[in-house]
Amino acid sequence: MAKKLLLEKAHVEGIRYFDVYRREGGYASVEKALKMEPAAIVEEVKKSGLRGRGGAGFPSGMKWSFLAKPEGVPRYLVCNADESEPGTFKDRYLMEFIPHLLIEGLIVSSFALGSNRTYIYIRGEYAWIVAILEQAIAEAKQNGFLGKNILGTGFDCEIYVQRGAGAYICGEETALIESLEGKRGNPRIKPPFPAVKGLWDCPTVVNNVETLAAVVPIINMGGEEYAKIGVGRSTGTKLISACGNINKPGVYEIDMTISVEEFIYSDEYCGGIPNGKRLKACIPGGSSVPILPANLLLTTAKGETRYMNYESLADGGFTTGSMMGSGGFIVLDEDQCVVKHTLTLARFYRHESCGQCSPCREGTGWMEKILMKLENGKGEMSDIDLLWDIQRKIEGNTICPLGDAAAWPVAAAIRHFRDEFEWHVNNPEVCTTQNYGLAHYADPIHVPA
Amino acid sequence: MAEVKTVKVTIDNITVEVPQGTSILQAARMIGGDVVPPAMCYYSKLEGSGGKCRTCLVEVSKGSEADPRPMPKLVASCRTGVMDGMEVRNITSDRVKDARNGVVEFLLLNHPLDCPICDQAGECHLQDLGYEHGKEATRYEFKRRTFEKHDLGPYIQLHMTRCILCYRCVYTADQLTEKRVHGVLSRGDYAEIATYIEKSLDNNFIGNVIDVCPVGALTDKTFRFKNRVWFTKPVTAHRDCSSCCGKVTLWQRGEEVLRVTARKDQWGEVEEWICNVCRFDKKKTSDWTIEGPSHVSRHSVISQGHYEHLVQPKETFTAVHDGRHPQLLMDIHSVSEVNDKTAKTKS
Amino acid sequence: MIKFSDEQLKQVQELVARYPEGKQKSALIPLLHMAQDTRGGWLSAETMDEVASLLQLEPIEVYEVATFYSMFNLQPVGKHVFEVCQTGPCMLNGSDRIIAHIKKRLGIGVSETTPDGLFTLKTVECLGACGYAPMMQYGITYREHLTEEKVDAIIEECKRDNHG
Ligand SMILES: Cc1cc2nc3c(=O)[nH]c(=O)nc-3n(C[C@H](O)[C@H](O)[C@H](O)COP(=O)(O)O)c2cc1C
Ligand code: SF4
Ligand code: SF4
Ligand code: FES
Ligand code: FES
Repeated sequence: MAKKLLLEKAHVEGIRYFDVYRREGGYASVEKALKMEPAAIVEEVKKSGLRGRGGAGFPSGMKWSFLAKPEGVPRYLVCNADESEPGTFKDRYLMEFIPHLLIEGLIVSSFALGSNRTYIYIRGEYAWIVAILEQAIAEAKQNGFLGKNILGTGFDCEIYVQRGAGAYICGEETALIESLEGKRGNPRIKPPFPAVKGLWDCPTVVNNVETLAAVVPIINMGGEEYAKIGVGRSTGTKLISACGNINKPGVYEIDMTISVEEFIYSDEYCGGIPNGKRLKACIPGGSSVPILPANLLLTTAKGETRYMNYESLADGGFTTGSMMGSGGFIVLDEDQCVVKHTLTLARFYRHESCGQCSPCREGTGWMEKILMKLENGKGEMSDIDLLWDIQRKIEGNTICPLGDAAAWPVAAAIRHFRDEFEWHVNNPEVCTTQNYGLAHYADPIHVPA
Repeated sequence: MAEVKTVKVTIDNITVEVPQGTSILQAARMIGGDVVPPAMCYYSKLEGSGGKCRTCLVEVSKGSEADPRPMPKLVASCRTGVMDGMEVRNITSDRVKDARNGVVEFLLLNHPLDCPICDQAGECHLQDLGYEHGKEATRYEFKRRTFEKHDLGPYIQLHMTRCILCYRCVYTADQLTEKRVHGVLSRGDYAEIATYIEKSLDNNFIGNVIDVCPVGALTDKTFRFKNRVWFTKPVTAHRDCSSCCGKVTLWQRGEEVLRVTARKDQWGEVEEWICNVCRFDKKKTSDWTIEGPSHVSRHSVISQGHYEHLVQPKETFTAVHDGRHPQLLMDIHSVSEVNDKTAKTKS
Repeated sequence: MIKFSDEQLKQVQELVARYPEGKQKSALIPLLHMAQDTRGGWLSAETMDEVASLLQLEPIEVYEVATFYSMFNLQPVGKHVFEVCQTGPCMLNGSDRIIAHIKKRLGIGVSETTPDGLFTLKTVECLGACGYAPMMQYGITYREHLTEEKVDAIIEECKRDNHG
């Protein structure tokens, strides 16, 4: 059984409440951290090797050390709980089951960064979680862990929960800041970066829920100990939300040394594919990252075992690899149609584009329309190349990474499943009633009959 | 006054010295000629503008003297500041050319192909852009997004179908008038310029949105006999106005003033904002003191006189590439000669 | 015109106090939620104008924001709104079937409301419940692991709710 740092206590009866959480050792990191120098906390986070859990995997300690500290200007910490990347539902799980862990992490992080007003920006649809978090905040405040002069240290901090209202783009940190300022979620043009000019033009750090929760074990055990868990630059544990065609969808806390195969097939995690079906493909890190066919998913192009960590999932770059992303693990079995799945993602990105820059605003809708044509058996061979060309002209040419996020799934689907797209063109009738199946790759896992 | 520090930047092999904090686009404009990236959303007089249309993307092949690494992505030249020793490639970069073709195609995707009947025809920046960078035929086979024409009060008409969402008119209303009543509604490819509920744009400086609009989306309702603009003769004129500079361009036919616009510089930008009274109400030649004929900006297809025959000119980029060894410092004139569309290209 | 109650105005004050002085615009989205929740599930232009004046904003600033976010309804909706997720992971688990079933049961298409004004069907993009697919949002709750039977039961529940 892998070591758990975040969800270990998540199912203790009553852990949502302060008393139980405290009895189980909660808020110890606040007591410890508030006796430290803020810079020393940043140092521990650096040593831990923690990388942002929101998708980009940027080293958190380094991000914190970039925060500008001009005299007399407030600084802000904002927790990104927008969680809207298809396949991702891990932050929700953490906030629902063990909300105090996030609040605890936020207090320590706010102290480290000097934020006296900290905001949790949560996607609007998670309305009931707002109540859970506000309850936890009120309890922490009653017990002296929030508010004025926390634990007699002179540090003041308030945490507020702000609800979004349905916009994936508000997960992008500068769009989130705009939204928090009460505006449309249009990403800002960078530079300046939030670390210099963020919320209300003040220096701001935006971190993911899981990243901030991980600060708790880091302070409790020390950055060096934390760094010993995992492998290479993938330190600590990672929450993976697994979904699609698997027996046991759900949120798993993994130690990043397990293989992808173990994650999919072992009973401790996904428990294999239902109904004796075979694995066709998987998007290992949320809808934006490249889809991989089963053979490249389980082993790298070099034939080595692929592991559930940042480096191994990315092995082979975009040609034969993918990304850890947000940890949204989407599994497709042999009955699924890659063209149709890609179409739903293209529709998603078209729907979520803020519409500020032309390649993303116009390109996402164009891709969706072409995919719709292909899926409905009305496509032509040239449409596949056109699709490729469109995604290529969006990627890298937009204001924010949503453009890339829209381009990558389409690119990877064509790269690895071109035969399936062509089959749609060649079988315009059949493709509307049947799926292509598995023919495109060597079946890597022998499923006993 | 503190001394302004200057930095050296090289764009398409031409080096200039510019004040620190200058954007790549502005530095290119100081050089002039064909190294200037096209800008559909940036407007130097509107704070916060730019970054959106992506037509001005350039390649930064050297970040700076201190950190010479190239920038991995193309950058929006209108919103990227120059660094000392920076090297930029615009028309000498195939990546830029390719990306810009893409951007132009995206901008034209939902744009109606009604140039012959559009009253912006001849002074439309999108038309110029499509002409210079576009493909001959569209690859878009789906229905275009369309909107009804809409009056925004007595002076201004909105043809949303033509809008490219550059946001210039929004910044104009924000920065020139005390109360903005129009804005960008909805999101993604549903986004549109609108007032939401019937409202009229009537602030005394709101007419400037017509001049900043790079396409024919916001037009002057008082523009009489909407002739193709190239039949009208622009003259520079002024009057004493209590609320604005009163410096305008009159578009005349014979003795009639067909419309009044602000004066524009060679980049198509308004030199000084004018008020609604000058723009909409002063339609007699006697209202004005005529100074003389205006120069039409080199950016416009009218000045090139070949709008009638829509032939694709030889791409200017290739002309620059062909047989030219990169030189560290080039004479600006030699570059513009090379790019002279009438000059024969070697091939 | 409906006005915010004193109770609500107090809540607005509390909301505004969460932000630094002069940054009351930040309360806009929470306020629009509040208005929508208490005024039949949608935002009329009048409601938005009232929100604008409460926060000292121009009405256009409110329209711009309200039209950006997909949770705000700018047209009247039914008493019960079903928002069914149709993105990849839900599709893999049969969201198409669920949507088709609801359409058939209620006799309406997507983005339509039943003639009695009881139900509106909307399709939405990933709501962060992919592991519990197929799913829909109903009110502030998520209904997960949907089957045709479960959908029928929810519809019955709504109808009872309406008579009770
Ligand atoms: C389109 C888009 C959507 C994003 N959505 C989220 C999100 O829902 N949650 C999140 O934590 N980060 C999201 N991110 C990443 C954030 O911009 C940012 O990198 C992250 O919150 C930083 O936190 P971390 O360093 O702790 O990962 C998104 C980025 C993009 C471009
Ligand atoms: S890439 Fe898309 S989402 Fe990002 S700023 Fe541009 S239009 Fe908006
Ligand atoms: S109406 Fe004109 S100025 Fe306004 S956003 Fe559209 S194109 Fe730009
Ligand atoms: S002019 Fe630079 S992006 Fe539009
Ligand atoms: S795909 Fe439906 S909730 Fe995520």
